[in-house]
Parts: sequence; C-alpha cells; structure tokens
Amino acid sequence: MSFASILAQLLNGLAGASSLFMVAAGLSLIFGVTRVVNFAHGSLYMLGLYVAYSTVEFLGRTPLGFWGAIVVATIVIGALGALIEIAILRRIYRAPELFQLLATFAVVLVIKDVALAIWGAEELVGPRAPGLSRTVEIMGRRVPQYDLALIVIAPLLLLGLWLALTRTRWGALVRAATQDREMVGALGVDERKLFTGVFFVGAALAGLGGALQLPREPANLGLDLAVIADAFVVTVVGGLGSIPGAFIAAILIGVVKAFCIALGTQSVLGLEISFSKLTLVVEFLVMAIVLVVRPYGLLGRPPAQQRAVGEITTLPNMPDWRRWLPFVALLALIPFAAPDDRYLLVLLTDIAILSLFAVSLHVLMGPSGMVSFGHAAYFGVAAYAAAILMRKVQLPMEVAVAVAPFVAGAVALVYGWFCVRLSGVYLAMLTLAFAQITWSVIFQWDSLTGGSNGLTGVWPPAWLADKRVYFWLTLVLCALGIGLLWRMLFSPFGYALRAGRDSPLRAEAIGIDVRRLQWFAFALAGAFAGLGGALFAFSKGSISPELASIAQSTDALVMVLLGGVETITGPIAGAAIFTWLKDELARRTEYWRSVFGLVILALVLLFPQGVVGGLAMLWRRVRPAS
Amino acid sequence: MSAPVLEVAGLAKAFGGVRAVDDVSFTVVAGELLAMIGPNGAGKSTCFNMLNGQLSADAGAVRLLGRDVLGMKPRAIWRLGVGRTFQITATFTSMTVRENVQMALLSHRHGLGSLLSRASARHRNEADALLGRVGMREQGDRVCGVLAYGDLKRVELAVALANDPKLLLMDEPTAGMAPKERIELMALAASLAREREVAVLFTEHDMDVVFAHADRIIVLDRGRLIAQGEPAAVRADPQVQAVYLGSGAMFGHEVPA
Amino acid sequence: MMLHVEGLHSYYGRAHILADVTLEAREGEVLALLGRNGAGKSTTLKSVIGLVRPSAGAITFAGARIEGLSPFRIARLGLGFVPEDRRIFTDLSVMENLEVGRQAPRGGAPTWTPDRLFELFPNLGRMRDRPGGRMSGGEQQMLTIARTLMGNPRCVLLDEPSEGLAPLIVEQMAKTIRTLKAEGLSVVLSEQNLHFSAMVADRAVIIEKGRVRFTGTMDELRADEQARTQYLSV
Repeated sequence: MSFASILAQLLNGLAGASSLFMVAAGLSLIFGVTRVVNFAHGSLYMLGLYVAYSTVEFLGRTPLGFWGAIVVATIVIGALGALIEIAILRRIYRAPELFQLLATFAVVLVIKDVALAIWGAEELVGPRAPGLSRTVEIMGRRVPQYDLALIVIAPLLLLGLWLALTRTRWGALVRAATQDREMVGALGVDERKLFTGVFFVGAALAGLGGALQLPREPANLGLDLAVIADAFVVTVVGGLGSIPGAFIAAILIGVVKAFCIALGTQSVLGLEISFSKLTLVVEFLVMAIVLVVRPYGLLGRPPAQQRAVGEITTLPNMPDWRRWLPFVALLALIPFAAPDDRYLLVLLTDIAILSLFAVSLHVLMGPSGMVSFGHAAYFGVAAYAAAILMRKVQLPMEVAVAVAPFVAGAVALVYGWFCVRLSGVYLAMLTLAFAQITWSVIFQWDSLTGGSNGLTGVWPPAWLADKRVYFWLTLVLCALGIGLLWRMLFSPFGYALRAGRDSPLRAEAIGIDVRRLQWFAFALAGAFAGLGGALFAFSKGSISPELASIAQSTDALVMVLLGGVETITGPIAGAAIFTWLKDELARRTEYWRSVFGLVILALVLLFPQGVVGGLAMLWRRVRPAS
Repeated sequence: MSAPVLEVAGLAKAFGGVRAVDDVSFTVVAGELLAMIGPNGAGKSTCFNMLNGQLSADAGAVRLLGRDVLGMKPRAIWRLGVGRTFQITATFTSMTVRENVQMALLSHRHGLGSLLSRASARHRNEADALLGRVGMREQGDRVCGVLAYGDLKRVELAVALANDPKLLLMDEPTAGMAPKERIELMALAASLAREREVAVLFTEHDMDVVFAHADRIIVLDRGRLIAQGEPAAVRADPQVQAVYLGSGAMFGHEVPA
Repeated sequence: MMLHVEGLHSYYGRAHILADVTLEAREGEVLALLGRNGAGKSTTLKSVIGLVRPSAGAITFAGARIEGLSPFRIARLGLGFVPEDRRIFTDLSVMENLEVGRQAPRGGAPTWTPDRLFELFPNLGRMRDRPGGRMSGGEQQMLTIARTLMGNPRCVLLDEPSEGLAPLIVEQMAKTIRTLKAEGLSVVLSEQNLHFSAMVADRAVIIEKGRVRFTGTMDELRADEQARTQYLSV
C-alpha cells in the first residue's frame, strides 16, 4: 500500500470514528452520573438518523435544510432522552442496577417497533450533504468533503464537552455526581434536574452521531443493536466514564476498521483472507490487546466501588432432587395427556431448553456476580457446532450433541479469559461485545455456517424423530444439567464463587484465586448453555445466526430477572413465563416486541424492588385477608 | 527472644514523587504485639498493603520466617501463614458465620476444587472449635450480613486463625467499636497470639487500646519511622507528641466525660 | 428551637433501626448523639437530612416540617450534613469540592467563602488545586466540613467526626467545632468517643437499639454512671 492510500484510509477511518465517539461519549456520560447502562443508546442513534432523514425530506435538500435537520434531530433525540429519564428511569434509581438495565432494554424494543411503524422495514438512503457533496483531492486520492467536515466536528465536540465538564459549575456537579450522587443531593443540589440534563446531553450526542451519518449510512432497523455493541467496545477500550478515552478509542477502532476494509482480500502465507469481512474480529483483537495491557481501558480507572450485582443476602437451601423428580415425571407424562397437541409439545421442549439456558446464566449472574449480556454466544456456537458436526463432518447426531457443549465451553474459556479480568458493568459490556463478534462471524462465514440463511436439515435420527421422544430426551438432559449446576452451587467451588462475589478482598486474603474460579465458572456456564443450544438445533431442524444474537442473550437476561436473581428456581419460572408470553404475543401481533417491552416496563415500574420481591409483598398483603 | 517472624528492611514506596513509605525497618517476634501508629496519611496503610502483597514495593525487603515474600500475591502470602483482619470488616455476607470459617479451612486444605460435595458439611467441627475460641460458636448458624459489628470482628479473627498463621496483620482492629468492646477484642487477640505463638502487627488510633496491649510501638510520620520502643517511652517522646499524640486529652483517663 | 425530632421510626429493609426517637437541638448549641456502633445514631442523622426516609415521625427544622422532603430541599433550608466516611469527591480539586457545596448566602447564618474557610483550615488553603483523592484522611475530614459550610448552613449534622483520626487531628476537630459554635451555628454530632464529646458538647442524647435512653446536659451525663456503663460500655 502506498502512503497516499494509507492516508486516504486514515481519513476514512477518522470520519467513521466521529459518530462512534459521540455515541460512546453520551453512553459514558449517562453511565457516569446515573449508573445506568443505557441499552437504548444505539436506538437513540438510529432514531437520530431516521429523524434527520425525515426532516431533510421536509425542509428540502439545501444546506440550510440539511444542517437544520441535523440540529432538529439532535434536539429531538435529546428531548426524548430527557423524557425517558423523567418517565421511567427517575422512578427506579433506587431499584437494583439490573432492573434499570431491563427498563432501557424495554425501551429498545419499543423504539424498534415505533421506527418500524413510522419508517417501515426498508433501508432509507439519505441525501448527500448539500455544499459538501464533492470530493477533495489529497495526494492523488479523492476524499469526500463531508468526511473532512466530520473529522473536524468530532474534536471540536470533544473540546466543547471537556470545557463544559472542567470549567463550569455544571461540569463540577456532573463529575461530583459521577462519584457520589447522594452526597451531591445532600449538599443542596437538585439531582433530578442534573440527571435529566445529563440524559438530555447524552441522548443528544447519540442523536447527533446518528444524524451526521445521514449521507454515509442508510437508516435501517438493525442499527440499534449494532451501534450499541460498537459503543460498548469503544467505551471498554477507552475506559468507562472517560470522554477523551472514548475519543481515542473511537479513532483507534474506526481507523483499524477502515484499514481492514481497504485491505480487502489478501493472500497471507498462501491463505486467502478477506480482511473486509474480518472487521469485527480485528476490533476484538484491538480490544483484547488493550484489555490485557490496561484492564480498565486506555484512560479508564478501576471503578471506585463495586456494588455486588446479585442482591442476594443469602442463598436459599439446595433444591432437593426427591422433591423435583415427581415434578419432572409429571412433565414427562404431558405428551400422553395431550397426544395431538403438537404446539404444546414444541412449547414444552423450548421451555425445557431455555430453562437450562437461563439457569446457566443465573449461575454467572447470581452466585458468581458476573452479569453476561452475551450468553447466547455459547448457545449459538453449540447449535452451529452440533449442526456442522453432523451435516459437514458426518458425525452421528448423538456424538454431535455430546461434543457441541465442549466447543461452546472452549469458546467461553477464550472469551472468559478476558471477561474475568473485569467486573461489574465492564464485564457485562465485554460479554456483549464478544457475543456480537460471534454473531457476525457466524453471519459472515457463508461457506461454513450458511450465512444469514443458516443451516437447514438439522434433524435428529429416526429414533428421535417422534417429537415426544425428543421432548423426553430434552427433558432428561436439561433436568440433569440443571441438577448438576445446582449441586455445584452448594459445593466448595460454588461457595468459593460466592465468596469472591461477597468480598473479593477477603477471598484473596484466605488464598482463593477468585479470577481463576470465575474463569472456570464462565466456561462451565458456557458449556451448559451449549448443551441447550445443541438440543435446540435438533428440535427445530434448522438454525440461523439469530441464536447467537444480542436479542437471544437479552431473552435469557430477562428470564433470569423475571424469575429473580435472588432465588434458585426463579430462572425456570422466568423461562417458562417468558417463552409462553413471547409465543402468545408473536402469534397475535406484528408489533409483539413493543407489547413485550411495555409489559417489562410495567413490571419494572410497578415492582421496582424486583418482580419476585413484588409478588412476595403482594402475597403478604393478600394472605391475612383470606 | 526468638528469631523474628517478620523482618522488614529498608521498605520504600513512592506515589507520583511523594514518598509514602521511606526506608522503614522493623521486626516482630512470635507472641509479640507490635503497634504501628502515626498520623493519617503517614504511610501505615501503604506499609500494610506491601506486607500483605496488595501493593508492590519500590525498594527494601520483607522476610517471613527468613523467606523473602515481597512481590508475592496476597493469596500466596496467606499460604505461608499470614492472617489478616481489615479496618472495615470483610466477610462473606451471604454465608453463615460457620461457613465463613469453613471457607478459610477449605482453602487452607486445598479443597475448593470440589464440584459435587456439600460445602457446608466440610470441616464443620474444626470451624466450631475456632468459633468457640472467639466466643462465636452459638452464633454459627447466623448469616454474617445481620451480625453486630463487634461480632463480625470476632468472626474475622476466627477466619484469620484458620490457617494456623505465624503472623497476624490487623488494620485498625477496633475501629468503629465502643470503648469497652475495643479493649475486650484486643485482649482476646492478645491472649490468642500468646497462646499460639503468633506475631501480631496492628495499626490503631485508639491509644487506650495501644497502651493497654502493645508490647512495642513503632511510629510513622510522612513515611518515615520516627520512633520505636516500649509504650511508656514512645508516649513520653516529644516528637511523637508533636506529630501525633497531641496534648493527651483524647486518651488515658479511665472514666471520661 | 433549631431542630426538633418527634417519634421518629426508620427501617432498613425489614430491620427496625429507629423506634420512637425524640430529640431536640437548641439554637447555637452542640448536641452529641452517643451510642454504640449500630445503635442508630447515623440513621437518625440520615433520616433528618432525608437520605433515609423515616416511616413515621415528625422532623421540624427552623420552624418548617422537613420529614419526607428530598435531601437537596432540606439542605437548601440551611441544614448541612457531614457524612461519616468523608465522601470527598476525589477527582475534584479542593476548590471544586467547595464549589459543589456552594449555596446562596442565608439570613440568620454565617456566610462562608473559600477565603474565610481557608482561615479556619489553613492546610486546605495551601492545596487549592489538589484533587481530593490525594489528601490525607485528616485533610479530607477538614475538607468535608468546609464543603458543607459553603452552603452557609444554620445547623450542621456531623456523623462521627473523630472516627479514624489521629489524636492530634481529633483535638483540631474539637477546636473547629467550638469555632463553629462561636460563629452561632448549631451542631448535632454522632460520636462514640466520649473524650471528644466531652470537649465540645453542651448536651447529650444516648441512643441504644434505636431508642433514646438518656437526654441531658454533659454534666448530668458525667453524674450518671449507670447510663454510661449500661449504654456506652465504657
């Protein structure tokens, strides 16, 4: 590559980085002050792009119309952010952190459907920026004028933010609240206004980031989760809470991505490697290197205080298998009671598999104190491993199902090595980034995974062809898996995990290598999720990248939270309710996501202390009356 | 006097040009209680964290029973026989008192790799024996999260004793306790140390506790060791009075107020 | 009457922390809340400033009912709070820490500026731009009081001001509190250190297991050996 082409790619990368920086800066700012990881930040970006598109259409494709649209989109999205804060988050700041996350995730679902209703499912290509639509020749290369404008805007914005944060009273209050919001309130500062203001600024940054991409990127409904994953990578690499860090990280990643695309397909050591398809993998490598050298990101610092995520005061007693066995047996009898109800059988099989999936996530979230936003990676990897082993390697299905969990466990071992270096939100963001990478590898590796079409013809052998027999196999394996995981929780190993969660300081002081245990637990949870994934593949006959998607990961998260992190058996109840509800909604309306999101919001707002806690409280109120 | 359990020689640590700990040397022998006192920010915590392995040192040596331990991880130092209590109690709040001690015993016996046995059934009697020694046996089934502060301190002591330590590091062991509880806790620690031949190094701001129980005292100020010796001598040292003890109004009279 | 607390009940989760606490602080006096760790001293102060929401009871501050208000509204009425674990903004400089605490001057209360505060705490004046995180424990304790004074309060709640401080610094703290009193401020402090309380307080309230067990002047407490041994375990 010549110097000129390197320069051209550098400029291209910098231009792409500017929007990423804005989203990540907004995310960081909001998290810093409110401790809310705003899952909906990618959605705000997406909306910024859509709103800018429509506003340009309305105002006309003139310079005034274009820049007017950018300003309008920024303000509208900022106001929307403030509205979300006032209407939802303000009511649940005292609720457990994970419930706030659940609420912002519900907002993601609602926004997606609103965008679908208003703008439709088709991609919308915006206009070029009037007045900046030409290219400039730099060293013989044509560089779009608009890219140069973006390259200038981002550092100006960084400067503006930095001045606002370090030179104004508002900035001092924001930084103080980032550290101790309660104390700021006790000193006479109206935190509610401060929080709403921060949400406005953070959301406006996301909206601006989206709007500015109008000439470069078509508006589409997949942007929300794609952008949030990118933003998480940037914040983790730059250091959570550091806006200059977000800037540097965005540039680093933007430039690396641009170079990969420019490299195209290259022959390395006789192997044809398509770098343009490997952007996410390269992003992952950058992140991995940064995290090994600086665990809290380039400019980040270890979080001052880490709150335990599982709000458990004590673990309930170990479930007694003698009490559970009749229950499992009863489930096994259902196919006899309703022999012709194929729908029921499919639903029960799904519930059994997703129960194992949810329990394996709960092992991480509750007793181990590691929240994973990307547990579906292992579910999906195992599903693909099983399918590929059978279809392409021609192994028997039984062997494929047995091997697949080990593949998932091995992947979890690799990802986990990085994840357990972090804790709390950092860890959660990293798991999500890994899952997104896994998804895109599956999505892009056409020759092996069938790409977006997935793989079909993944059917079990004749002896399992009967849906009832398959259900029984699933039931037995999932019950065994859940039983083993539960048993593990009460073993010395499980206790040591809890010890590491309760007090890392004390655990280390009595010789416990917390990180190593967590690493092992991570792999174990991945492997059991993998067993679920493999069984799932053969129950459906076909698989798609959806199985490793963020949506699938958050499904598991919702199941665990619905059931209750502080319980043992809750995840099973959560999986059953969730699967049934989703199924019912999806059959009735195209907009099932938003209905589901509203249900979650209602639950979170009605029971800010947790659904299970809320129900328990209701029960206590009702019982004396009856 | 027996050979020192802990030998610290020329220990130093700087943070951004500020010498937090500057050429500090001292020893502790088995069964001895050595108090480390000094103003806030004198370098006591930094010093403690280097002995414990939480912080690396810039220079100097720390020897435990003649073995160089500087640069080892806290858990490795623990395995060599160093127990620790914290200024703000660090216990496993979701577990019972007994389970807290059982965890230390399990770790000491390398039993944490077991995935299928029941943790709460392991080393039960031994845990109870330790709890009995600190007067917490009756509360063995209570969850640590609900214990009174003074009781948590006792649990910490039992946990710290679980691996038969040669050295006990206690960071402000009586902070946050009522005056009488303070004296009682320290008396318990002192009797355990003498009976088990454990060397004890502790920091403390309550001079009533220090003068009642320390065999010797070392005084740190701005990272440097400015005095050491018997309690009476340290108490009379004008330099120590000037930087730390003050007029003496804050301690000493039996019944204050 | 500066502060009047009547029949206060507070819970943490299901634990009944305060059961019927009644006390009052008169204008210009220093009142010490005494009691063991976990007796409910801290919860009482936090309930007054609004950080813990009391489940029952009335709190009157300078003639206004304040129970159930947000902390910031209570603080804006001229009630200052200094927390037990200092809670300095470690990333912010000394001057910025003071800025966060700044409120408009208030009638009936002394007005503080950074320069006036640096007369009271000369150490802080020498480190105006130093981040709070790079100060010693004693300096932080002074900064946390200075920060609260920037709100020009009429009354200050001090939670365990002497805890974890060297004897010499505790003596300075006592001097500071006497200065505040001389400025006309009312002070309510929670303490376990009787030596310290004896040096600064006019009256004392003893709390044990969330209930008030003793109310009286420091002289009365000196005379009441039973109250001291039973509730303070000295």
